[in-house]
Amino acid sequence: MSNATAVHHDAHDAHPTGIMRWLTTTNHKDIGTMYLTFSLIMFLVGGSMILGVRAELFKPGLQLMRPEFFNQLIGVHALVMIFAALMPAATGFANWMLPLQIGAPDMALPRLNNWGFWLLPPAAILLTLPFTLALFGIGDGAVATGWTMYAPLSVQGGIGVDFAIFSVHLLGISSVLGSINVIVTILNMRAPGMTLMKMPMFAWGWLITAFLLIATIPVLAGAVTMLLTDRHFGTHFFDAAGGGDPILFQHLFWFFGHPEVYILLLPVWGFMPQILQTFSRKPMYGYKAQVYSLWAIGALSVVVWAHHFFTVGMPVPALLYFMYSTMSISLPLAVLFYCWIATIWKGSLSFETPMLFAVGWIILFGIGGLTGLVLADVAADAQYHHSYFVVAHFHYTLFAGGIMGIMAGVYYWLPKMTGHMYNEKLGKIHFWLTAISFNMTFIPQFFLGLAGMPRRIPDYALQFAEFNMISSIAAFALGLSQLLFVYNIIMCVRGGKKATDKVWEGAQGLEWTLPSPPPYHSFTEQPTIK
Amino acid sequence: MSSQTHNHSHHYYVPNPVAYPVILSLGLLTLASGFIFKINNYPAGRWMMIAGALIILSMVFSWMGKVISESETGMFKSWEDKSFRVGMIVFISSEVAFFAAFFGALFFMRVISVPELAHFDPNYTMYKDFVASWPSIGPGGNVIRFGGALETYKPAANFTPMAAWGLPAVNTLLLLSSGVTVTWAHWGLIKNNRNQLIIGLFLTVALGISFLICQATEYHHAYTEMGLTLGAGAYGSSFFMLTGFHGFHVLLGTIMLIVILIRSIKGHFTADRHFGFEGVAWYWHFVDVVWLGLFVFVYWL
Ligand code: HEM
Ligand SMILES: [Cu+2]
Repeated sequence: MSNATAVHHDAHDAHPTGIMRWLTTTNHKDIGTMYLTFSLIMFLVGGSMILGVRAELFKPGLQLMRPEFFNQLIGVHALVMIFAALMPAATGFANWMLPLQIGAPDMALPRLNNWGFWLLPPAAILLTLPFTLALFGIGDGAVATGWTMYAPLSVQGGIGVDFAIFSVHLLGISSVLGSINVIVTILNMRAPGMTLMKMPMFAWGWLITAFLLIATIPVLAGAVTMLLTDRHFGTHFFDAAGGGDPILFQHLFWFFGHPEVYILLLPVWGFMPQILQTFSRKPMYGYKAQVYSLWAIGALSVVVWAHHFFTVGMPVPALLYFMYSTMSISLPLAVLFYCWIATIWKGSLSFETPMLFAVGWIILFGIGGLTGLVLADVAADAQYHHSYFVVAHFHYTLFAGGIMGIMAGVYYWLPKMTGHMYNEKLGKIHFWLTAISFNMTFIPQFFLGLAGMPRRIPDYALQFAEFNMISSIAAFALGLSQLLFVYNIIMCVRGGKKATDKVWEGAQGLEWTLPSPPPYHSFTEQPTIK
Repeated sequence: MSSQTHNHSHHYYVPNPVAYPVILSLGLLTLASGFIFKINNYPAGRWMMIAGALIILSMVFSWMGKVISESETGMFKSWEDKSFRVGMIVFISSEVAFFAAFFGALFFMRVISVPELAHFDPNYTMYKDFVASWPSIGPGGNVIRFGGALETYKPAANFTPMAAWGLPAVNTLLLLSSGVTVTWAHWGLIKNNRNQLIIGLFLTVALGISFLICQATEYHHAYTEMGLTLGAGAYGSSFFMLTGFHGFHVLLGTIMLIVILIRSIKGHFTADRHFGFEGVAWYWHFVDVVWLGLFVFVYWL
């Protein structure tokens, strides 16, 4: 019913150009672009760090670095990948696509949106600065505790821990701002007629993500604040001598940490069905079932955290509770898998790069989920815990389920965002190289873990040599393949075949009704949904 | 959230590009790194902290000033107003989660870790004589601190916990009445009775400041006479972190109330459009509710 012009500026068209455009922008697409670019850069930074680790693990013995430095690389790699690569990528898509998909003029709170992004570079600086400071004799390098920052190790650690703590604080503020923006945008900015149950799945995925962030990120902030005061101001939260307990840190951390894995994945579960339906040329299967499953997973994810430390010493009833509740998450997750497969079932499929990534994603993420189920078994976990099996498990969920999902999204929306088609052939090569080298990197790690190789060690027993060598070689192949991705993106931004508005034959949704690239103000007139 | 389908009969206000957020982030970076340097014994950190704080203050001041002037020139209609409201609710929810972390730590130590420390097999524990009780400041022993420094922690012998029915009860009264006065001020605003609005806000600010003075007195007393410090084991840690963060929120709330008071005196807000007032009032009620939790679980039980 509304045909009102939906965008309005205070003083018209005072838009700075050059660097100032990016520093000061309040436009959702500009901010989305910054998030995505930042994410790509940090993906390469975090990737290089872990290649250093894989180089050290190429053969037994200490070759390249001190164990302390090895530990720093591992921890910062994980923090960078989770907080500076995967999360910003999802937020970048939210910025770019949510307003387009729900027919909004922009994100609801544009200035906060800008702030949310501009907190990230300072956070990244805080996280990595200690590497540089150490070169000048200040401190002994970055945080060396692993991304989990468990006390008491983190209480005793050097200046890098303090930097990590404040980095987490800035990242946390950024996530909270991003979540506020997403929630408000979805609840208040939808086009007339778009009821909640008519929303694109991506909006559902992100809405639940945002709720999870609001509930858990502040708990992490609290935990690292206690860590800071335990380190410098004499409190005893994590210290038995004062009546505290290091295990308290684990509870607080994983109360955030487990929902965090869904925070990383729910946005992907949101847009993946859209990709699947596009390249299957039929409607998404089980919309309602998917929405309810997303809610169920979101709700369950905050009550299962202690499965990350089954071996720490908990009463048996607690073990049983956390085991069964964890396993019950597989039920809604199975519903999702069923819907994804049913969406492509008997479709008229075509395999452009986004679809290749999407189908590969279903399979590889499936392996991640199944191995998670194994870990959730208390008795079995006693053997698997803190072994390379866990490392392989969460890379199937986070690299395959997270990063490869994001890549599917990048190829899917890149033509819409840039107005050009990317190089399809390079895209396909990128997919196959990534899929093969990814499996070559991480399948050996399942076996290493089963054979007893612990995680987070720079040196290992001789019997693990061959599989580590394979894994290291494949990891370098995996890393180098990503340069193709970067090249393809850069070329696509700079030029290429003109993309049509609809881009993909089977594409459905409001974002495909706008030109490619969309105009600066997306929907100056809000569309009406019937 | 039902109004999705309503007719947005006007433009949504998308503000022009601004430099406040990016400079604000720079200020936070400067403040945080300065603080880190300072607590790691690099005195130059102090100057970074001062610089960072100044940047932050000036940015918050200009940013809020800009929003106020937009509000007063009628840029925000009901569509934007709803965005602010939903946003504020979500923000307060995140604050609830932050306090929940510290309450969680309190319950964990009180219910799990302190009793456990007292119930190990006497042959295998170094805490043989430790009795589980609450308030507890722990059994004492060696602690390895930041940078590997070994420190022996001896719980204070003359430690007394904070009693609920002295100053804390007065503080409860103060905050509860301030919840009433701010609501009374709101009624005044709705009825277009500006005097009631201003007097109500003034009383609220006065109550907030009195609360802060009482809390400062209480802290002083704890440190100088009761052996109750931040370092006093599980009890001291949870006591000061919970009440301290709460006090910090009262301080912020009071400052925001002062801003709202000044705006009211200047004639800002109308009976039907006053998100600035309501946002602060909600925040104040939230701070109030947290205090009730503190009073029951930290002071009383
Ligand atoms: C049915 C689904 C899943 C189950 C039952 C499950 C179960 C588990 C369990 C029990 C552990 C702890 C293993 C140990 O440390 O001994 C674990 C670790 C982990 N999982 Fe999962 N998981 C599932 C899905 C996922 C997903 C979807 C993600 C990520 C998006 C994920 C990411 C992780 C990570 C990051 C860790 C290791 C964290 C660390 O110790 O550093 N998992 N999983
Ligand atoms: Cu988990």
